[in-house]
Amino acid sequence: MALADKDRIFTNVYGYQPWNLKAAQARGDWDNTKAILEKGRDGIVEEIKASGLRGRGGAGFPTGLKWSFMPKEPSPAKPGFLLINADESEPGSCKDREIIRHDPHKLIEGALVAGFACGARAAYIYIRGEYIREAEVLFAAVEEAYDAGLIGKNACGSGYDFDVFVHRGAGAYICGEETAMIESLEGKKGQPRLKPPFPAGAGLYGCPSTVNNVESIAVSPTIMRRGAAWFSGFGRENNHGTKLFQISGHVEKPCVVEEEMGIPFRELIEKHCGGIRGGWDNLLAVIPGGSSVPLVPAAQIMDAPMDFDGLKELQSGLGTAAVIVMDKSTDIVRAISRLSYFYKHESCGQCTPCREGTGWMWRVMERLRTGDAAVEEIDMLQQVTKQVEGHTICALGDAAAWPIQGLIRHFRPELERRIADNVMEAAE
Amino acid sequence: MPKLTVDGVELEVPAGATVLQACELAGKEVPRFCYHERLSIAGNCRMCLVEVKPGPPKQQAGCAMPAGEGQEIRTDSEMVKTAREGVMEFLLINHPLDCPICDQGGECDLQDQAMAYGRGATRYEENKRAVTEKHMGPLIKTTMTRCIHCTRCVRFSEEIAGVDEIGALFRGEDMQITTYLEQAASHELSANVIDLCPVGALTSRPYAFEARPWELKKTLSIDVSDGIGANIRLDSRGREVLRILPRINDDVNEEWISDKARYQVDGLTKRRIDQPWVRKKGKPQPASWDEAFAAIAKAKPGKSIAAIAGGLADCETMFAAKQLLGALGSELLESRQTGESFDVSNLAAMTFNTTLEGIESADAVLIVGSHVRWEAALLNVRLRKAAARGGAKVFVVGPEWETTYPATFLGEDASVLHNFPQDVSDTFANAERPAIILGHGGLAAGALHPALALAEDWKLVRQLEDGTPWNGFNVVQMAASQIGALMLGYAKSGGIADISAASPEVLISLGGDAIDYSQFEGSLKVYIGHHGDRSMQSADVVLPAAAYTEKAGTYVNTEGRVQFAEKGVFAPGDAREDWTILRALADALGAKVDFDSFEELRAAMVAEVPALGEEALADVGALPKADRGAKASGAITYPIRDFYLTNPIARASATMQRCSAELLHGDAIAEAAE
Repeated sequence: MALADKDRIFTNVYGYQPWNLKAAQARGDWDNTKAILEKGRDGIVEEIKASGLRGRGGAGFPTGLKWSFMPKEPSPAKPGFLLINADESEPGSCKDREIIRHDPHKLIEGALVAGFACGARAAYIYIRGEYIREAEVLFAAVEEAYDAGLIGKNACGSGYDFDVFVHRGAGAYICGEETAMIESLEGKKGQPRLKPPFPAGAGLYGCPSTVNNVESIAVSPTIMRRGAAWFSGFGRENNHGTKLFQISGHVEKPCVVEEEMGIPFRELIEKHCGGIRGGWDNLLAVIPGGSSVPLVPAAQIMDAPMDFDGLKELQSGLGTAAVIVMDKSTDIVRAISRLSYFYKHESCGQCTPCREGTGWMWRVMERLRTGDAAVEEIDMLQQVTKQVEGHTICALGDAAAWPIQGLIRHFRPELERRIADNVMEAAE
Repeated sequence: MPKLTVDGVELEVPAGATVLQACELAGKEVPRFCYHERLSIAGNCRMCLVEVKPGPPKQQAGCAMPAGEGQEIRTDSEMVKTAREGVMEFLLINHPLDCPICDQGGECDLQDQAMAYGRGATRYEENKRAVTEKHMGPLIKTTMTRCIHCTRCVRFSEEIAGVDEIGALFRGEDMQITTYLEQAASHELSANVIDLCPVGALTSRPYAFEARPWELKKTLSIDVSDGIGANIRLDSRGREVLRILPRINDDVNEEWISDKARYQVDGLTKRRIDQPWVRKKGKPQPASWDEAFAAIAKAKPGKSIAAIAGGLADCETMFAAKQLLGALGSELLESRQTGESFDVSNLAAMTFNTTLEGIESADAVLIVGSHVRWEAALLNVRLRKAAARGGAKVFVVGPEWETTYPATFLGEDASVLHNFPQDVSDTFANAERPAIILGHGGLAAGALHPALALAEDWKLVRQLEDGTPWNGFNVVQMAASQIGALMLGYAKSGGIADISAASPEVLISLGGDAIDYSQFEGSLKVYIGHHGDRSMQSADVVLPAAAYTEKAGTYVNTEGRVQFAEKGVFAPGDAREDWTILRALADALGAKVDFDSFEELRAAMVAEVPALGEEALADVGALPKADRGAKASGAITYPIRDFYLTNPIARASATMQRCSAELLHGDAIAEAAE
């Protein structure tokens, strides 16, 4: 059931061909975009809804539904904006990067299609600060598109005026959170806003805004061309379509690959990554969706379907489909502790549980790593993660708590062993 | 009006209320740190978590969630209790818990709420965070290790004060609140962040380690440092007022006071006149009360006696002096110390008619000759609301000063009042709630009648669409005594010149420190006041009186709002309350006045001016007809040169001196040091 080449959306994800407009057009991008726009706002939104596309940024919110929240009649005083989140900073994730550097026109065309569907005046692409070469490509691609009349005044001859602006971030993970990104775009400190109001009501500069991930936007023109039925033909109910998987860690050949949603983990690894380093018996655990989802031990993940609901059943999540594979050479406690450090470092400091909790959790994790702790502290740590989870303004608190919860859930014996060893050593 | 239930109690809340407000209406206490009624909602402390159904299966921040129809709110469930304990634990893990040496102790939100909502013990074994101190100027003492990052101070500076002075640096647990480049917070309301700070991170520098809150006697009083009449609370111990805090009065000061109102307090114990002085052979000599009265009686003034009220005088003092003069047959009363002679025949043309609260809704404001930030800092807060929130257009005639909202300066010359640019006249012609604010700088340039003419042209007095009356003509008075003095008739048509022309035998100065005494060369100058300020040098007899904290009194603010102040402490040394001095002086001069107690004095005053008997806005009547012949001309200058040193108490205050030196003249000092 693996994805056939003819069904791939990202045909240049490996960069075998140039990214420029000419090459992109040869691959089918910008092919009569005007016809797509002629389906009208509702036509596009309905098509995307029917395709079952769920947001590719991690939360998996239905994209068509999100677009439909935008006001039908944007007022001149409060124009709508499409905000494209290219602040890809989640450890493990690297799909947006490949899209931008090898297939930027898919994104820009998607911006026009999605922007039109949202009634947006312009799109802002907020690109991660560290993506320097990627930003260069994106700037050049946007310029190409302007020069060719594909965006700007009378975009693609459709009569619709649409601008695309590229904004470079300054390298803060939190600016990938949609409202923090809006703050950052407005020139403020990147701190998430309270919701409600949601961006669709009051977003960038108080105007209605839709925030989407790069991948969600980039796939939309192809969905419009090939039809919702084609896209929803892949994957299981409620988890349709194709998806860029980014496999890193202890596999023979780490890669970014487009695959059908719901592909079993084993097939994904065998087919594209040359198997687990040292064979399947050597697999310890997998973080299936980027650093913020709980890890899944080898036995549970091996034959699990890689999609939103399949991984949710394993008390984890698909996230951005950044699959981090860890074999038995991994110091799993150290790995999770490192993630805790990441979240401590990236917490914006706005709200209490995350600001204070991430540092506390990391410090306890560091002690658990060396075993310099009491067994009761494992329970305390679990409680602390629960005190953070769900009590914060944005999801960073949850993201910091989940990896630790996953570790305690599946590797508690390992934690206890280290504590016991440490006590033994001290006694000797 | 959504209907909802809080802990099973059904109630209806106003539309637009938050869940937290709904809980309060239901009588349920919800702990909070970052939430403050007068600031925007930050929702970052997470202390106000409550359970709301319908909604996601997690606790919601009550401060940020709108109350909705049919909500079921629980503040007493196990889930809420655990959540609060969790947040409190997080707040405390990096808090130093140095309550025994913290000035906030006893009035600390964190302390109180930790007692009520915290767990008994800590589980935190790691090292606590330490944060370096920040410099925030001579008034605000920082101990940033105690900071819980509620950002109230940041929001106050941005939203209320209108200056981007305080902000947060860094992120995560390294986040630090600081001033921009660690410069001193230098606006006139900076110290209000001390009250706002829910912990001991920002405390009062002059008051550091002075007292614990439970040792202090609290007295309700009225501020006299400007004409706003901010409602204050005197916190005193023994014979000393240790600090001054604002009281909440939405009509006047909301819950802010200016730094001067707050920190001139240490001036109350310095340079005090605590015994009578009589000038002998050109030099003031200590004297007894009897000697002092004898010296005055020797002048045998008869009806040749005058009284000039200073800026801090209360109505009772002024009325007592008026009684005394009346008994002797004199009407030589004046309150405009600097020789101003504008038309005071109509009280409505002297007051702030729109009211402080009303000016918030103005949509076009013309300020004529008033440095509002310095003359009435709390009025500036209201104007900022009008401009920043309501979008009011503000124009200023006079030298430029730093407004905290968008404003257009129309030049220094008052003659612009007769010749406005077209867009200005259009703005006012089309405005629904236009207002003029006239300052003493404008009055000095003869702008009163031209402004009244504008009031007629622009129809500043009108009925609003909803039928309420609107009077957009306003004068900013800078002296706490001014409107009261005018109500009591302390004005001559020619101003102080009329008094000096009468060359009285005896001149009584009721704390008049801005008077040029050289025009009273031949008079026996009796100074009844509390500070050995400028007047000390000119006065022939000095009688020690009580400062505003040391006597009960009635004050009328610039709106014409009558307010009573209570007595906090006793005057030092031989000093007496002013009315008793005047009563004794009446005996010494053989005049018969009809009051023997403060109550009798007040009763007599109220009998004469009934408005002074009620704590309310006095009815000042209608505006006079403008004298179209009067022309305003000349460059406007503002009367206040130094915000921190406008009255004798402030001038005696070491804190105010330091503020003046560091905040107003700091650049010059730094330059000289280089």
